Amino acid sequence: MAYGPHTAGERGRMLAALGIASVDALFEAIPDGVRAGGLDLPPALTELELMEHLRELASRNRTDLASFLGAGVYRHHAPPVVDQLLLRGEFYTAYTPYQPEISQGTLQTIYEYQSLLAELTGMDVVSASHYDGAAATAEAALMTCRATKREHVLVSRSVHPHYRETFETYFAGANLTFAEIPLLVEGPAAGTTDLASLEAMLADPARPVAGVVAAQPSVLGLLEPMAEIGRLAHAAGALFVAVVEPVSLAVLAPPAAYDADIAAGDGQPLGMAPSYGGPYLGIVACRDSLVRQIPGRLIGMTADLEGKRAYVMTMRAREQDIRRERAASNICTNQALCALAASIWLAALGPVGLHDVAATGAARAADLEAALAAAGAPRLHAGSYLNEFAVRVPDAITVHRRVLARGILAGIPLAELEPGDPALAEGLLVCATEVTTPAEIGRFAAALAAELAPAPAGVPVEAVR
Amino acid sequence: MSVTGNPLQPTLFERSRPGRGAGTRLPAAPADALDRLPSAARRAAGPALPELNEATLVRHYVNLSQLNWGVDTGFYPLGSCTMKYNPKVNEWAARLPGFAALHPLAPDETAQGTLELLWRLEQDLAEISGMDAVTLQPAAGAQGELTGILMVRAYHRARGDAARTDVLVPDSAHGTNPATASMAGFRTVNIPSAPDGGVDLAAFRGALGPTTAAVMITNPSTLGLFEQRVVELLEMVHAAGALAYMDGANLNALLGQFRPGAAGFDVMHFNVHKTFSTPHGGGGPGAGPVGVRSHLVPFLPEPLVLREPDGTFRLERAGERPTSIGRMRSFAGNVGILVRAYAYIRAHGAAGLREVSEDAVLAANYLKHRLAGAYVIPFPQPCMHEFVASSSEIKAASGVRTLDVAKRLIDKGFHPPTIYFPLTVEEGMLIEPTETESLETLDAFAEAMLEIAREARETPELVKEAPHTAPVRRLDEATAARQPNLRWRSATGGGHSA
Repeated sequence: MAYGPHTAGERGRMLAALGIASVDALFEAIPDGVRAGGLDLPPALTELELMEHLRELASRNRTDLASFLGAGVYRHHAPPVVDQLLLRGEFYTAYTPYQPEISQGTLQTIYEYQSLLAELTGMDVVSASHYDGAAATAEAALMTCRATKREHVLVSRSVHPHYRETFETYFAGANLTFAEIPLLVEGPAAGTTDLASLEAMLADPARPVAGVVAAQPSVLGLLEPMAEIGRLAHAAGALFVAVVEPVSLAVLAPPAAYDADIAAGDGQPLGMAPSYGGPYLGIVACRDSLVRQIPGRLIGMTADLEGKRAYVMTMRAREQDIRRERAASNICTNQALCALAASIWLAALGPVGLHDVAATGAARAADLEAALAAAGAPRLHAGSYLNEFAVRVPDAITVHRRVLARGILAGIPLAELEPGDPALAEGLLVCATEVTTPAEIGRFAAALAAELAPAPAGVPVEAVR
Repeated sequence: MSVTGNPLQPTLFERSRPGRGAGTRLPAAPADALDRLPSAARRAAGPALPELNEATLVRHYVNLSQLNWGVDTGFYPLGSCTMKYNPKVNEWAARLPGFAALHPLAPDETAQGTLELLWRLEQDLAEISGMDAVTLQPAAGAQGELTGILMVRAYHRARGDAARTDVLVPDSAHGTNPATASMAGFRTVNIPSAPDGGVDLAAFRGALGPTTAAVMITNPSTLGLFEQRVVELLEMVHAAGALAYMDGANLNALLGQFRPGAAGFDVMHFNVHKTFSTPHGGGGPGAGPVGVRSHLVPFLPEPLVLREPDGTFRLERAGERPTSIGRMRSFAGNVGILVRAYAYIRAHGAAGLREVSEDAVLAANYLKHRLAGAYVIPFPQPCMHEFVASSSEIKAASGVRTLDVAKRLIDKGFHPPTIYFPLTVEEGMLIEPTETESLETLDAFAEAMLEIAREARETPELVKEAPHTAPVRRLDEATAARQPNLRWRSATGGGHSA
C-alpha cells in the first residue's frame, strides 16, 4: 500500500503477539455469506503516474477562459500567504478540538473567525461554520421555526435557486412549509422582492409566518429593500433572515443595520477557490437572543485553572453528540478549515484591502455594464447593483454558447438558472470583481457585439432602460 | 507536548494598529466607485477588521499552529474519526488550477476533467460499497445521513406508505443518527445493545413493525465490533417492510472485506475525510457521499454526474429526475475534497485498499492486546479497526477517571482517544490507531498507557492534575457556557452602523 509503514517483519511480529498466523483470522466475525471476495477497481498508480493522470484530467477543464460567472461564487485575489499558512499541518491535520489543552490554535482561530464575521455582519453570535450558503440558509430558516414555534417560512426569489431548492428538501423532511415571495416584473424596482405580495402573504391568518428570508444582493445582483422587508416581517411577528455575500459587507449596510435577526450566506468569496462547488463556508449569525437556537459549534473565550486566557467549545447542549434526537441540528463535521482560510484572508487584506476588493469590483462592473450596453446588451433591470447584474440578450442560451466558442464565459443564462420565469428568459447574469481585467471586458463586449445581429431599422433596442 | 511559541497569543484584534499593513495587495479602488449606490444601502462605517502587516500575520498563525496537535504532529488515536496520515500529493491535486479554478456553473463542455473524475469516483465508491449508485453531493457524513433518511422517507411515500414514522437506532450509535432522524421528521426509537456489544435481535424484533421506516446501524459498531448478526438483522428489517441504513463512518475496517450493498443494506454514507484520508482541517471540510441500491436510485439528490453515450459527461439538470428528493446544498458538492478521495483510491487500487483495512485492523488488535490487563477490555473478541478500553477498575482503585488518563496522555506526547463514547461503556475510551502508524509508535503509546495505569496506583494526583506540559491547564468550561464570550469586542465597540 502507498502510505503505510509496516514491513513484512513487523506485521509478523504483531501477528505473533496475537497468536495468529494470518490477518484473516481477525475478520472471521464477518459471516461467510457476506464476506467480499475483493474489489474490481482500476490498478494502483505510483505517485508519478497518479500525478500524470490527475494533471491530464485537470487540463481538460477550461479554466483559461475569460470568465464573467458569479451567481454566488466569485473569483478574488488570493494572497499566497493565505494558503501557505493554511497548510500548516498542525491546523490542517487536526480534527474537532475535543481536547482544548492541545487545540488552542484551532480554538482561537475559530473564535477569531466568529469575531471577524461578527464585525462584518454586525451580529452578536456567529457559528463556527456550516457546509455552504444553501445549507446555512436552510438551517437559519429552521431556527426561525424553533424560535417562534411557527411552521411556515417565506423565502424571496431574490435568494439563489440552489438555496431555495435546498430549503425545500430540508423543509419537507421537517414537515414544515414555505412559500416563495415573487419578484416585481415591471417598473423601476423590477427584479426585486414584491413588497405588496409579501405583505399579503404575511397577513394570512391561517399561516402564521416564522421567518422571512431575502438576499442582499439578490441572486440577480440587485440591491433589495432589506429594511422594508424586515419591517414587514417584524410587524407580523416573524423573524427576518438576511442572506448576505460577505465581501459586499465591506461597503453595504450590514444585516444588523437593517434589523435582521439572522444572517446567513456563503463565505466562498472570502478567498476560497471555486473548485466546482466546494468546499465553501456556510455562515450563520444571529442576535444574542437567539443563541440557544443556533445550530453548529460555538467557541467561547474562558480561562484555564490558572486563570490564563483560553478557548473552548461551549454551549454544547445544543449539539447532536450531547442532545441526540433533540439537538438543534445533526451537524458534526463542518467546514472549519474554510473558516480558517476566510479569517486569514480577511486579516491579510484588512479593512482597506477588503474595501478595495468590493469597490474595485463595483467599478469594473460599471465598466462591464457600459461595454455590454454598447455591444447591444443593455441591463435587464433598472435597480442598483454592486458587482453583478443581468443584461438582456435575445436567445441568451444560444448567444452564450457562441460567445463561449470565442473564449468567453459570458456569465449564466437566467433561463438555465431560473427556468420557467418568462421575465428572466432573455437574461444573462454577469459579474465582475477586482480580478476582472479591462482587456477581458473588451474581449467580452467585442465577442457579444459580433454575435448579436444588428437590430433591424425601426426596432428600439433599448426598450428596457 | 512540546510547544515552541508563547502559549498565550494575543488575538488578531490586539495585534492590530491603525494604518498597519494597508494598501499593498491591490490597487486602490477608484474614489467614485460606489457613488452610484443609494446611500441607504451603503455601510455607514467600515467594519473594524484588524490591520496587520504580513510578518505579524504570519507569526500570529504560526505561533497559534504550535498550540495545536495534528496527525502531522504525531499519534492521534481518536476513535471513530480515523485520523490517518493525509498524503500530500492529494493536496497538490486539489490545488491544480484546472480543478481549483473551475466555477461550479461552468458549462459541462468546459468541465469535462472534473466531471469525469466525479463520475469515476461514483463508480469506485459504488464498487467499494456494493451499492448500485452513489451521490457525491452531501457535504459531510451527517448531511449524508440526512440525505439517506430523506430518501427512505421518499421511498415509503412513493409506495403510498405514510405510516412509517419511526427510525430504530441502537443506543451505541453516533449522536448524528438520532439527530438526523429528527431532522427528517421521524421519531427515534433507541434500542439497547446486547451484552456482547452487538445488536439485540430480540429487541429489534420487538420494535420492528408497520411504523418502522428504517433501521440505522453503524458497522463495525461504535464498539469496534463487526455486527455478526447482520444477516439476520437485515432479513428482519426487510421482512418488516423497512429499509436498512448503514452509517459508514467505520468503513476503514471493511475495504475489500465487506460490501454493505451486496450484503443487503439499502443505503449508506461514506465519510471520505475518514476512510479516504482527506485532511480533517480542525473539524472539516469533509464530504459524505451516499450509496444506494437500485430501488432508491430514483430518489437520489440532484444533480448526479451522467455519462452520455458519446463518452462525454454532464451534470443532471434541475428537475430532470422529478422523483429526486431535491438538492442537499448548492452545486455539485465538496469537490475539492472529492478530488483528494479519488487520488487516494487511485493510489491504492483494490489490493491496496484491502491492505489498508487489514493493517488498520491488525494495529487495533495489537494495541488492544498490549493494553489488556492494565485496562478493562469489555469486549475481548477480535476487534475491527478500533476498540474500547475502560478505566473503570483504575477508577475504583484510585479515583483516576478516563478523563484524567486522557489528559495525562497529553503530557506523554499523544493525542487522547475518544473518551466517554460510546455512552454504553463505563469510563470508556475508543482507540483507533489507523493503518498509517508504525509499530514503534504503537508500542510507545502502549507503554505510555501502561505507565499511566501505574501512576494512577502510585501517584494518582499526578494523573488527576494533568496535563502539566500543555499550553494551558484544564479549562473552566462552566463559566464559558454560563457567561458566553463568543466574539471579540474591541474597545471602540466595532465599526458597524447599527
